[in-house]
Amino acid sequence: MEKLIIAGREFDSRLFLGTGKFNSNQQMEEAILASGTEMVTVAMKRIELEDKEDDMLRHIVHPHIQLLPNTSGVRTAEEAVFAAQMAREAFGTNWLKLEIHPDPRYLLPDSTETLKATEELVKLGFVVLPYCQADPTLCKRLEEAGAATVMPLAAPIGTNKGLQTRDFLRIIIEQSNVPVVVDAGIGAPSHAAEAMEMGAAACLVNTAIAVARNPVEMAIAFKEAVIAGRRAYEAGLGIQADNLVASASSPLTSFLNE
Amino acid sequence: MKIQVNNKETELTQGNNVASLALQLKLPEQGVAVALNNRMIPRSQWAEQEIKEGDSLVIIKAACGG
Repeated sequence: MEKLIIAGREFDSRLFLGTGKFNSNQQMEEAILASGTEMVTVAMKRIELEDKEDDMLRHIVHPHIQLLPNTSGVRTAEEAVFAAQMAREAFGTNWLKLEIHPDPRYLLPDSTETLKATEELVKLGFVVLPYCQADPTLCKRLEEAGAATVMPLAAPIGTNKGLQTRDFLRIIIEQSNVPVVVDAGIGAPSHAAEAMEMGAAACLVNTAIAVARNPVEMAIAFKEAVIAGRRAYEAGLGIQADNLVASASSPLTSFLNE
Repeated sequence: MKIQVNNKETELTQGNNVASLALQLKLPEQGVAVALNNRMIPRSQWAEQEIKEGDSLVIIKAACGG
């Protein structure tokens, strides 16, 4: 399979993992390692002054993993730039999952602020991977602004509803000159496989793995689905007929005298 | 002196810079970032960056998230 290249860095795995909603940091780490991922998101929160909790960072720092800090919680481009600077300082990376979703009910990204923040953050030297609407026009604008990838949503975050934006994702993939990472809403390995078969460069999965009865097994299932989908894309899928008339795959030999 | 740390009133007992606050709070060597009055202060400047009475600091660390 072709390697995925983002901002000059090569990735063998095309599955990105989020770190939210796991029952424990230990379980999260096991799922991360089982998935084979090389890109893992991390959020930020304010420290408690009498902080005694397990530091999640030590569970995700591995030599083969690129940390991808996110800007979850910000509502404007200005707040996103501040969060990005804090993330770069805290985690020692200029890679950033830009997410600006001011509405807590649907968590849909604010396109205007996302574009504005991308422009500013690229100028500040960040490798920007913006979470965005499945809007082909917006994705082109983000690409022109210097985004390293675009990360359009399949469905609202955490819904597990699969590729609700399928047709728009197809257009985005067709038009994009940067990797298209399908983010949010992927709820089953089959959804990830479908996105990869369509030509997505990668999938970002969190909830579907974290809330599974067995997150480690689900991480493996997603790993296999992403590989299968990508392999199929590279192998070239057969053309789908536009009617239901069969096309024989075996010779129609007559065995009985008629 | 009294300062605000993550919106909580805190007494800075010794020193008057970000490094002394970091020492007092036992901040780890990595994985945290500090902002003073909404401006991020790189760790390399903690020792020189003075803190004044009433200043507001934000200190963040890693959290789980997608």
